[in-house]
This record gives sequence, structure tokens and C-alpha cells, in this order.
Amino acid sequence: MDNHLLSVKNLCVSFPSPKGAVDAVRHVSFAMGREKIGIVGESGSGKSVTGRAVLRLLPPYARVTAGHIIYQGRDLQSLSEKEMRGIRGRGISMVMQDPKYSLNPVRTVGRQIREAYEINHTVSRHEARRQALEMLEAVRIRNPEQVYHLYPHEVSGGMGQRIMIAMMLVPKPGLLIADEPTSALDVTVQLQVLAILDDLVSQRGMGLIFISHDLELVSSFCDRIIIMYGGRIMEVVAADRLHESSHPYTRGLLNCLPKIDGDRKPLPTLQRDDAWLEQPENQEEVI
Amino acid sequence: MTRKQKIQGARAWLLTDTPDSAFQAAAGRFYLGLLEFFHNRLAVVGLLIILALITTAIFAPQIAPFDPVATDLANRLQPLSAHHWFGTDEMGRDIFSRIVWGSRLTLYVIILVAVIAAPVGILVGTVSGYFGGSIDTVLMRITDIFLAFPKLILALAFVAALGPGIENAIIAISITSWPPYARIARAETLTIRNSDFIRAIRLQGAGPLRIITKHIMPLCLSSLIVRVTLDMAGIILTAAGLGFLGLGAQPPSPEWGAMTSAGRSFILDQWWLITMPGTAIFVVSLAFNLLGDGLREVLDPKSDS
Amino acid sequence: MLRVDRLNVIFGLGAAKNHAVKDVSFTAARGDSFGLVGESGSGKSTVLNCISGLLANWDGTIEVDGSPVFHKRHMSFYRKVQMVFQDPYGSLHPRHTIDQTLKEPIAIHRLGDANRRVDRVLREVGLGPRFRFRYPHQLSGGQRQRVAVARALILEPEIILLDEPTSALDVSIQAEVLNLLQEIRAERNLTYVLVSHDLAVVSHMCDRIAVMNRGETVEIIDRRQLQSGSLKERYTRQLLTASKGYDRAAIDQFQDF
Repeated sequence: MDNHLLSVKNLCVSFPSPKGAVDAVRHVSFAMGREKIGIVGESGSGKSVTGRAVLRLLPPYARVTAGHIIYQGRDLQSLSEKEMRGIRGRGISMVMQDPKYSLNPVRTVGRQIREAYEINHTVSRHEARRQALEMLEAVRIRNPEQVYHLYPHEVSGGMGQRIMIAMMLVPKPGLLIADEPTSALDVTVQLQVLAILDDLVSQRGMGLIFISHDLELVSSFCDRIIIMYGGRIMEVVAADRLHESSHPYTRGLLNCLPKIDGDRKPLPTLQRDDAWLEQPENQEEVI
Repeated sequence: MTRKQKIQGARAWLLTDTPDSAFQAAAGRFYLGLLEFFHNRLAVVGLLIILALITTAIFAPQIAPFDPVATDLANRLQPLSAHHWFGTDEMGRDIFSRIVWGSRLTLYVIILVAVIAAPVGILVGTVSGYFGGSIDTVLMRITDIFLAFPKLILALAFVAALGPGIENAIIAISITSWPPYARIARAETLTIRNSDFIRAIRLQGAGPLRIITKHIMPLCLSSLIVRVTLDMAGIILTAAGLGFLGLGAQPPSPEWGAMTSAGRSFILDQWWLITMPGTAIFVVSLAFNLLGDGLREVLDPKSDS
Repeated sequence: MLRVDRLNVIFGLGAAKNHAVKDVSFTAARGDSFGLVGESGSGKSTVLNCISGLLANWDGTIEVDGSPVFHKRHMSFYRKVQMVFQDPYGSLHPRHTIDQTLKEPIAIHRLGDANRRVDRVLREVGLGPRFRFRYPHQLSGGQRQRVAVARALILEPEIILLDEPTSALDVSIQAEVLNLLQEIRAERNLTYVLVSHDLAVVSHMCDRIAVMNRGETVEIIDRRQLQSGSLKERYTRQLLTASKGYDRAAIDQFQDF
């Protein structure tokens, strides 16, 4: 486990509610290197909660327990809130679904990217600005100087998400968690944004956790896929072998998608099985 | 069945996710709201004080030991004692009895203002928000004119024109308190108007009257109830202020504001004349604020689903 | 059943003028399922809003069942054309039970026999009487969308406009709702106009599809063309490529249209 970028063991998260605690994540363990790993599941599967739990971004009333959450040899659970702030950004960064809510509406995007850099590096303002512009260029914004001075409401959804990615990547994190980063975008723009992510990940040797509901997209984009249901990991498969999977949930998810070249027959619906939630804790995965 | 089982049965009936009738669905919803409300201790305190106020007002003749308006000049300015719990005033009237009877006037003012101002506000606000355009402009400019005056000054002007007296004070306060409700109702309507469920009902052929009364108003109501409750304190204070200035209830009626006004010349030597009605005003205002806060948590539509 | 001819919509004035729909024409026969596909801002939902009567500032011709409709709709129009919205969380009144929601249109059109109608339509969408007195927040997303379908059906319309009816749902729920919509169409011989950004959904549901971009119809194709890839326009081909998943090499070929 020492050569893993991130290793999570036995992660459990539950939220208290008037009708008793709700287990959002149950006994989740996985380990990853500098690769693209996808976490796929339907709503309520615990995929987003897993991502946030790693960064300790859950609300304080959430109960989180884990055997360990080790990032580059340090157990994140043992860190103070102050040390954790150092990890967020420079160590692990996160991109969320809607840039409109993640960007400060009253500051120019350039300033926000620059500040993201300055938090983690003590440099002159000029240098920080240069880094920010460079980053805007890296996410393939054609006229970075111009975009630098725009406010978030002046950019389109696709550009907003590129700016978010620029802002999250400018501190040069080792691992990026992207939670449905492109779900609000049109298909072609979505793919273009993913291509940027893909290139940056391979150039910088970063790890990427890509959280999504879109199994087909994840299988064409990531190296490995973690499939979650009801807070548990159903299975971990290599992306190119997804269609050979024999797990009934994975098969169900794949079959219920309408296909362009399919016939008009009713789509097979997913039959859920409570036994899936009772399977023994899954073994730690090794690359 | 034991008592305990009965209670558990009732609880299950209320909390079920599969109600069998419209009544059960509504009761369950009400019960959940109640549970949430009782989580807020301060709101419960507020509610208890207001219930106490209402009880006092209803049973004033039984509770008050003395006639609130009977003067007894031999006993004027008596300090607190077992006989006169809160002392007596400059005319020898029992202050405790006056405060007890005064609760009727306070309640009267609050209820009438709420009954007049809130419906006017919600009607103006929803109509203005739903139709938009020139109707909105006209209605909102009228609202703005009312909002542009300080509330107490405007009430003073109305009372000066109508003549002093508790009824005129109520009319004046109502006229000055509806504009904020209209604003709130309009703001809510603007967000509700474009939601899919309003579009859906429009596509089923519903006219504006049905949409406003059955679909928009119920959603504005909760935030309005909260706002009215929070405003109660202000209404009590305005009524007391008018009374203090001699423009509200006329002597010898035991209105709390008028009582503090009468007591102010004795503030140094006979402190109880002004302190007792002042405390009553303070406690009731605070109670409405606490209740309003509790209601906000329960009724806020944003905390739904 | 439905004919749209040279529909134009212009929003705003002067510099802010936005020609949202340009000369869009199509027809759908009774029992047909017609698809409108495109990316955001293509005007596909605007077309739907014009047909339904939610938007009034359009030019052109819209004919339902042979007779043209005007900007102000007659009450009988609403019994012919109904709509299902995208967001199952926003399309039901949060303070009304399912029963109230479904009885409302019956009251508006004074149809009578409300209980039997509600009961029947709930069964038809696979919910059953257990759900009748629930509030929307006591239902899952898929169940809410079934209620929205029930609400559209209760006036027994002939045309149903579907605005991204499944894009807010999980894929497994999407399959159930799509199956339901197919069943109902077959049973009642309904005409559908389906708006979606998802080529796979449109191809599964529709026989003929209008591809839209920036307010214009790029081309009108049938599903066999989509399956065989014999498409005339580059825009449609790019959309088809994009819907097949991530392919690093193909993305570099993408153009802005």
C-alpha cells in the first residue's frame, strides 16, 4: 500500500436523521495510483459522499469512520484541520458539477485563479498572474488575457467549467477529484473538457477520481471503474473489460440504456437485489 | 390495548408514508411540523407566553382583583404589596388589574391588524407578481409610496386625520403595515410563477384566479405567517407608541402604552407605574419574536423535501 | 395531427435581439413520435413551448388536428395537447397531494367522476392507489415523473409534448419511464413530440427526428439513417460521434457550428 497515491480502507459514512441514521457509504475500500479511476453509481449510491469524505468536506454532523485514508503516505484522518487545508488544493483538489456555484460571482475569474495559486505559493503578484494565464492557456482558452478579466456570469457553461479546472489545477495537486464535472454541459463540450482533463492528467502524472452517473462515458474515459450501489462497492473492473462484467448490477445498468442501434423493444429494467448490500466487505484492490 | 400501544399506533398512523386519505396526509404533515416546532425550546416558551396572554384576555374579569377603571384617590401611588401586587397608579387604580384588562386591548389590536393587513398585502403582492407589466408597476408604486414614510409618522398622520381612539389606531397601523407583506408576497410569486408546476396547471387550462388563489397563495402564506408573527412585536410597539402619545386608546381605558405614558412623570419616585406595563409590552413582543423564529423553521418552504 | 410551418421566435429587441427559432417546420401524423434533438440553446424547447401555448410571441403556423391554433388558446385545446416537463421535482406543487394534483384538471374542465378517473390513471402509470394521498416529497424521482405523466393523461389528450422527460432521472429509472411512455402511446394511439439532448433516447422513442442547432433545423432524419450513419450534415455526424463516448482522437476534429 506504500506505493499507492491514495488508499482508502473500510470507509463508512452515516448521516443522522429523524428516522434513524442513514448509511451513505458502507465499508468502502480502494487504492489507486496515478491513473484515471471512475466511480459510477446512481443517485444515492454514495459516490459523491465518498469523494467528499476523502477531503473531509462533509458537514460536521456526518459520522465518518475509516480504517485509513492514506494519501502519499500520510493518513488524512490524523491531520489537524490546518494541515488538512494544506492538503486541499496542493495535495488533492476537487472540481464540482456546476461552476456557477463554485466561482465567486463578484470577482474576475483571473483573480480567483491567481488567488488559488497564491494561497499555496509565496510568490509575487506578477508571477501568480503569469501562472494563472498559463493555466488558462492549458485548459485551451484561446484568449486568456481577455478571459482573465471576465466575471463568472460572462462566461459560458463550458468555459466556466474549464476555468474551474484551471483554478483547481493551478496549485499543482497530485490528485484531482472531479464530481460530475461535465454533467451540466452539452455532449461535445463535455468531451472537449474531458480531453483537457485527460491531457493534463497524463502530462503531470496526476491521479484522477472521476465521479459520474454515466457508465458508458466513464468506461470510455477511465482506466478502472468502481461501481457503487447503496453505499457499497459492487465491483471494480478495468474499463476495457466492463462489457464482460458478470455482476448483475453492472449488467443491469448497461442493459437498461437505450441504444442508437437498438430495436424498439421495451428496455430491460434493473431488478435490484437486497443481497448486494449484504455481501462481505470487499477486498483491497491492488493495481 | 394499553395506553402506550395506542400512542404508538397513533404515531405510526401519522408518520406513515402511505396515507389512505387526504385527512391522514394533512394530519401527518401537521404532526411533523409540530415535532419540529417543539424541538425549538425558545419558540415553545414564546408560544406559552402568547397562550397565557390569550387566557388572561379571556378570563380578565375572573383574574383581575379590582375594577381597572375605578379610581380610589385615597390609595394613589401605593407601592407593591400583597393587596396591590403591582401597586396603584396616580388615580389609585390597581396596576395589575389594568394590565390584565389591557391584554384584551393588545390582543384586539394584534388580531385586527393581522386580519386587515396580511390579506391586503398577499392580494396586492400575488396579483402584482403574477401579472407583471403595468399592473405590477401601478401596484408596486403605490406600495412604494406607503413604504417611503416612516411607519409611526404615517400612523400618526392617519390618526390625526381620523381622530384619536383605539379603532382608528388599528386602521392606521393596518394601513401602514401591509406594504412589506405585499413586497414579500410579490417576491415569492415571482419565483413561483415560472416554476414548472405553475406552467403545468396553465397548460391544463387554469385561469389566473385559480392559479393565484389555489397554487400561489398557499406557498406565499407560510413566509407571510412568519413575517406577520415577527411583526407583531412592532405592531404592539406602534400601538403602545400611539397610546403613549395620547393618540391611541383614550383614558381611562387600560392600554399598556397609554399607561406607560401616564407613568412617565412618576418615573423617579414611583417606578412601578411605568415599569409594569413596560415589562408587559416587552414580554409579549419578545414572545411573538420567539414564536416567529420557531415558525420560520417549520414553515419555510425552502426546508421542504 | 400536428403541423408546424415556418415557426419563428424572436426574443428581445435591438442589440439584445435573439432569433431563437428560425423557420422551423415539421409534421407529425396521428400515432407518430417525432423527436427534436439538439444542444442547449438550439431552440428545441422553445418550439415545444410555442406549441403548448406557454410562449405567445411566435410567428408562423401551428395546426392541431387540421385546425390552426392562435396565440390565445381555447379551453378545448388543453384537452387535446398536454405536456410533461423535465424536472420531476419542480413540476409538482409541493403542498398538494397527488390526489389534489390529479383532480385539479378534472375540476377545471368540469369532467366529473373524479375519483374513478384518478384511480384509473394512477393504475395506468403503474403507481396504484397507495400513492394517491402522498405529497411529492414522499415520492422518488421516477414516481414523481409517473405522476407527471398521469397528470398529462388525465384529460385524455391526443398529443403529448415531452420536454426532456427522463434527463433528470437515473438510467434505470429512465428505462422504466421510457417503457411506460411507449406502452401508453401504443395503447392510446397518442402523438408524441419528444425533446431531448440524448440521441440514444430519441432514437429509441422516435421515428423521425429534427436535428436543431442555433434555432434552425439542420436536417430531418429518420432513425434508420441515424443507425446506419448515413447523415448528410456534418453537425449531425459530430453529434453522433460525441454520443458514442470518449474518443481522444475524434475530439480534436470537433468543430464549432
